[in-house]
Amino acid sequence: MGRGEWFAPVPERATVLTDAQLAANFADIAPPLSNDAALLEANKCLFCHDAPCTIACPTHIDVPAFIKKIATGNLRGSARVILDANPFGHSCARACPVEVLCEGACVLNERDEQPIKIALLQRHATDYVLEKKLKLFEPGKPTGKRVAIIGAGPAGLACTRDLRCAGHAVTVFEAKPQPGGLNTYGIAEYKLKADVALAEVQDILDLGVELKSGVTVGRDIPFEQVLAEYDAVFVGIGLGATKALGIPGEDLPGVVDALSFIEHLKTHPYRDTRIGKRVVVIGAGNTAIDAVTQAKRLGAAEATIVYRRGESDMSCYHYEYELAKRDGCGFRFQAAPQRIVANGSGAVSGVEVRTPSGSETIPCDMVIVAIGQGERGEFAWPPDHPRVFTGGDCANGGAEIVNAAAEGVTAAKRIHEMLGGIVR
Amino acid sequence: MADLRTNFAGIESPNPFWLASGPPTNTYGQVAKAFDQGWGGAVWKTIGEPIINVFSRYGSVDLGQNRMMGFNNIELISDRPIVENLKEIAEVKRNYPKHAVIASLMVESKRETWHQIVKQTEDTGADGIELNFGCPHGMSERGMGSAVGQVPDYTCQIVEWVKEVATIPVIVKLTPNVTDITYIARAAVKGGADALSLINTINSIVGVDLTTFEPQPSVAGKSSHGGYCGPAVKPIALHLVSAVAGDPSVKIPISGIGGIATWHDAAEFITLGAGTLQVCTAVMHYGFRIVEDLIDGLSNWMDERGFRTLDEIRGRALPRVTKWEELDLNYHLLAHIDQDKCIKCELCWTACEDGAHQAIRRLDRETGNGKRGPVVEIIEEACVGCNLCAAVCPVQDCITMRQVPNRYAAVNWKQYSAGKGQLAPRSEQFHTAAWASSRK
Repeated sequence: MGRGEWFAPVPERATVLTDAQLAANFADIAPPLSNDAALLEANKCLFCHDAPCTIACPTHIDVPAFIKKIATGNLRGSARVILDANPFGHSCARACPVEVLCEGACVLNERDEQPIKIALLQRHATDYVLEKKLKLFEPGKPTGKRVAIIGAGPAGLACTRDLRCAGHAVTVFEAKPQPGGLNTYGIAEYKLKADVALAEVQDILDLGVELKSGVTVGRDIPFEQVLAEYDAVFVGIGLGATKALGIPGEDLPGVVDALSFIEHLKTHPYRDTRIGKRVVVIGAGNTAIDAVTQAKRLGAAEATIVYRRGESDMSCYHYEYELAKRDGCGFRFQAAPQRIVANGSGAVSGVEVRTPSGSETIPCDMVIVAIGQGERGEFAWPPDHPRVFTGGDCANGGAEIVNAAAEGVTAAKRIHEMLGGIVR
Repeated sequence: MADLRTNFAGIESPNPFWLASGPPTNTYGQVAKAFDQGWGGAVWKTIGEPIINVFSRYGSVDLGQNRMMGFNNIELISDRPIVENLKEIAEVKRNYPKHAVIASLMVESKRETWHQIVKQTEDTGADGIELNFGCPHGMSERGMGSAVGQVPDYTCQIVEWVKEVATIPVIVKLTPNVTDITYIARAAVKGGADALSLINTINSIVGVDLTTFEPQPSVAGKSSHGGYCGPAVKPIALHLVSAVAGDPSVKIPISGIGGIATWHDAAEFITLGAGTLQVCTAVMHYGFRIVEDLIDGLSNWMDERGFRTLDEIRGRALPRVTKWEELDLNYHLLAHIDQDKCIKCELCWTACEDGAHQAIRRLDRETGNGKRGPVVEIIEEACVGCNLCAAVCPVQDCITMRQVPNRYAAVNWKQYSAGKGQLAPRSEQFHTAAWASSRK
């Protein structure tokens, strides 16, 4: 696969949209609530006891409590409830699959009503903090203990936030130039923009954190050295590159992996991410949806998911599938890619698939591969070491920001405990 | 269709819905428009020696997203000259002869002054006079309004003066800002009043601006107590109407006022004895157009229930308002939760546990009877049937209160404390420290 080289010449490129059109296509898919709308929504919340929304949230944010505080005009207190439980409350408000978590659990669903718009209310409260530049958390009294966090994604930085509040010194190793992990580089642009992700991260770094970016543990510094130099180590390195298809033609120019595509989109002006006129996305998970919708929003005339199994087998959330359909993306089910076909000049011209009715070539100018990420291989960590902790995608196999944050928070508790602290 | 025509102390109107004296009845244009839209009558904004109003006159209390749940004002009586008001009253009456036009009056407490204003008013052809003895702010500092209505002797005296010259019905508007409104009502009757109207507004401060520390409504940084009204005051008004209507020495018609915004409110007032209904805040909120549903809703309800005239419902609930000591102690209720309707918010549990009688049991959400199974159930032996769970439940008819029949005859406190009758076994025995610990 031509990793990172997907912008190499393709036979036919999509027409570049105007900046205004691109800005509109990548605008927030769920725009913020006005103050009035937030009050109206907050007042609809029943204030359940032992609320199902709170139970459904991996970080167990006390949802009725933060919503009640919005209703009383206590936005600072509301944000504190959210961020206390979930250091990534800003990005989760934008990118959480709330349909299957808090909002899906809302008791109003049982009354055949729309659930409370918990994500948008969470955004309302947390945006206030960003807007007013409020500092809700302070570093704890120094304990003299030092913790290394490997990976500045949601898991590592959630862990960092709570360790700093407990007074432990924290050094974060990050392979990428910028912190934030997939929040900065990998969430669909219409859900979460890098500036919000970075502002959220900055709040945590402002607690006094040594950030070593551009440093890959296992390559630039041995893991064993880190373990020797720090009292505890948290490994939150996420997953590695997109897996290979293992079919002929996948290293042709014009074949790219979804994460590189999304990262390029998120780190360049929209117009600099040039794509083919007809784009095929191979895979049917949530990343595949992010890729196909964003290809369409960049101006691809056709953007089609090609999936070897059936509609009901797709691993993406149902609402993501609906979004892709609304965006005008195409879907080819029961179509197993056999070969990526090149044209006379050696560029992608189609994907040959096997279907129940025989072989067929789906013509295209660009192929985005989104069949899941493999593990990283820079270093191995001892599974049961008393001073080594893990969380996030590298530990759970790939899940949501909120899972990473929850695991980071839990790890911080365990580390704090191990370092002799009292866990509240 | 039900007949809504009303004869109130001799004043006829096509329906019982009158605009109360206030900002909506300040001018010919407003009252004429209201009549065009269907209002049955109007009590003109109180006339007297013209006053000067402050700017910033109204304060409001919201409840959640609902605006103007409560409302107050520090506006005084009409700021327009008496002759101008009277001229417009005459014009309205001339152009709307079938509608009730009532002049609300408030002048200084002198016999001649009252005689003069009553005679002037009668010349307009108005159908009646309402004496504003209720306004609690501003005018009361000048010895008028509630300053009169809070003292039975003053009330009686001025009604007598008015009745010396009045030939049209005289309605006395009562203030709720008294210890016992029936004393004032009786004084008005003694003075010769033809009817009563109640309640006027309740003394209030609606709030404080926490940025500036100005009480609301703020006038250049200061405020004064104002008259409270709107939906929030309806229960107080219902009580006072029932108290006056149920007083055997008050046998004159009552015009009900206080938070009436819907036909439902209106019907409640009528069943407690009101002859006509006066509306102000709801009109200030939504305009004259609300009268359409007031009429339509009341009429449909009456048709559905088979009532043909307002007389058939007037006072129908009144005999059921009684003293506490006459309530049956052996009437036992038990809360019942419809588990199919329950949405599992557990608000009933929280309310009962912290705010009532610890008579609801929580089942574990996860391990109970499965995710869709019940999460709360009534502890029948502890339930005292207080209604709180039904009140907090956000699902209609999910929690209902059901009577638990017993073999004991009815017994009230008056009888029981006199050694008569027998109490059916009840659940208080469960509300002990031992019971509390056993539940943990």
